[in-house]
Amino acid sequence: MKVVVCTKQTPSTTAVFSVNNGVVSWDDPGGKPNVVNPWDEYAIEEGIRLKENHGAADVIALSIGGEDSKEALKTALAMGCTDAMLVSDDAFAGSDAVGNARVWAAAINQLGDVQIAIFGKLTIDDNMGAAAMLTARKLGWTPLTFVSAIKEVGNGSITVERLLDDGKETVTAPLPVVINVVKEINEPRYPSFMGIRKANRATIPVLTGSDLNVDGATGAAASKVDWSQVFPIPPREGSVEMIAGDSVEEQVEILVDKLFEEKVI
Amino acid sequence: MLDFSLTEEQLSAAAMVKEFVDHEVYPTIKEYDRKHEMNPDVLPRMAELGILGINIPVRYGGQGFDYVTLGLVCEELERCDSTVRVVMSVHMGLNSMGVLQWGTEEQKQRFLTPQAKGEKYAAFGLTEPGAGSDVAAMLSTARRDGDDYIINGEKMWISLATKAHHVLWFAKTDPQAGHKGITAFMVETDMPGVTTGDIHGKLGVRAGSTGWISCQDVRVPAANRIGEEGEGFKIAMSCLDNGRYTVASGATGLIRACLDASLKYSQERQTFGQPIATYQLVQQKLAFMQQWYDTSRLLYLKAGWMKNEGQRNTRETSMAKWYATDHSFQAAHEAIQIHGAYGYSDEYDVERYLRNSRGAIIYEGTSEIHQLMQAGYLLGTRKDKPLRCELPAYDPEFWQNE
Repeated sequence: MKVVVCTKQTPSTTAVFSVNNGVVSWDDPGGKPNVVNPWDEYAIEEGIRLKENHGAADVIALSIGGEDSKEALKTALAMGCTDAMLVSDDAFAGSDAVGNARVWAAAINQLGDVQIAIFGKLTIDDNMGAAAMLTARKLGWTPLTFVSAIKEVGNGSITVERLLDDGKETVTAPLPVVINVVKEINEPRYPSFMGIRKANRATIPVLTGSDLNVDGATGAAASKVDWSQVFPIPPREGSVEMIAGDSVEEQVEILVDKLFEEKVI
Repeated sequence: MLDFSLTEEQLSAAAMVKEFVDHEVYPTIKEYDRKHEMNPDVLPRMAELGILGINIPVRYGGQGFDYVTLGLVCEELERCDSTVRVVMSVHMGLNSMGVLQWGTEEQKQRFLTPQAKGEKYAAFGLTEPGAGSDVAAMLSTARRDGDDYIINGEKMWISLATKAHHVLWFAKTDPQAGHKGITAFMVETDMPGVTTGDIHGKLGVRAGSTGWISCQDVRVPAANRIGEEGEGFKIAMSCLDNGRYTVASGATGLIRACLDASLKYSQERQTFGQPIATYQLVQQKLAFMQQWYDTSRLLYLKAGWMKNEGQRNTRETSMAKWYATDHSFQAAHEAIQIHGAYGYSDEYDVERYLRNSRGAIIYEGTSEIHQLMQAGYLLGTRKDKPLRCELPAYDPEFWQNE
């Protein structure tokens, strides 16, 4: 069984953003400005568990983006994915979600005989959470979203538990499928030291548009999303008052009184 | 050629350890520090993740990384809390690296492999109630009896005393010969006659394990003797070259923790209508911390590089340890000053940093001992002689092959 984990390099959750003349930039002093999309860590972990617990032979980490996306792929390899592949082409830059889904689908098809493609619930840069469903549509596979557990895989089908607003449901679908996973599904492992060494020595193949059979338009020109104006969120006005007290109880008491005064509670 | 760059492997290993301590050590550290207890999950997790064998060759159960990575890992550990770095100082620096350097192949298989895999924890038994810097004053004895030695004595201020399975124990086989009469043994703590206990009431490293170990007529096979009879002092000193390296790199992490906390607080805390970071005297403190961090890091990385190259680094490691520990204390002191009254409370981390930083100025050679060492090198009264067994240079092929 071949599994693909679709991942993306995104700004870190602690990155500080700035916008100058419509250009967004970010940095993370003391940390790494870009990391593997935190939601994708659950997808990577689940892919590795499919290898460990359900006999998947290949767990391939796949990413679309520039050279820096290799860092996300190396993280996936260091955690335990068997292979990695990057799709990188300037022609794809500026694609909207549909354009990206066309590229994801083409890359997954290129890998051949994939039974399960896993996405994280969403990526923290655009927070759309549409990639899994759009890619499933392009591939013509069943989408299984908000998966909180993979219960069974075998005999050409997969049974998963989905986490919904008002409860959980267990569904079975024929393979191949595209799933996206929620954080309740597992606890992602850290990269292992041996994995780190393997990842840093790995040569990650890079495919371009000419290597793929992308069905439909991609890139900024085909995008239905227009980033015509980008501006920073105005800073919130407010002040901070430090509450002093001899004990936590006293501090809480003062806080509660103030909240009553302000009619917050 | 001079190259200050670190490899992706080294940086990734350090990043992984940072992730571990941020997720699994930091959230409970205040609770365990207050309780004067070690979080029971920490050691097994360090073992499981391979941290306890980071720079030991894969063939001996380790992860096959180099000595520089060990330093980077210790920096990340102590950036979170000194107690987790202390684990590496004793388990790796003072014990496992000693076995790597001085042990026979059979001893490496018996002791080093389970230690590097984290199946056994290791400690270092040099200090005694009446013998610290004056090692030759130790009272522990080892008397030969057939194929065994009979060990008697007590060790004090031993990190992991109640957790360790293996203790590199130093005892006198010839009490009349001063430091030349000291011999090293691997004492297994399940041997009859070994008792251990924790020390309470410490100023710092309260979430760590520090204690005493007593040997009463403990029968230790001669096969557990590390090195030759009378070679114990040299073994102990070479182990300290490695332990001090972990202390230096750890103290560098502590300086960074002080700096990070102070940078954050000084930009949030306002007095007289503006953040205190806008005041020049606060900026001066931040600038000094950066200077101490940069200097400490350069010193320990050079020592790590020398270890990789197989160069003797006693002087350089001593300098790194002396400088970094003295300045981690100063950094914590300044961090508290920046935090004002809040820094005086355990609501913030900096008071713990100050308490934790103090011990390292005493153990593994007081700052005064390191000053004497440096002066000795300068005046020519101290010279490093070649050892029968040198710490092996880092050879990636040997380290990484099964």
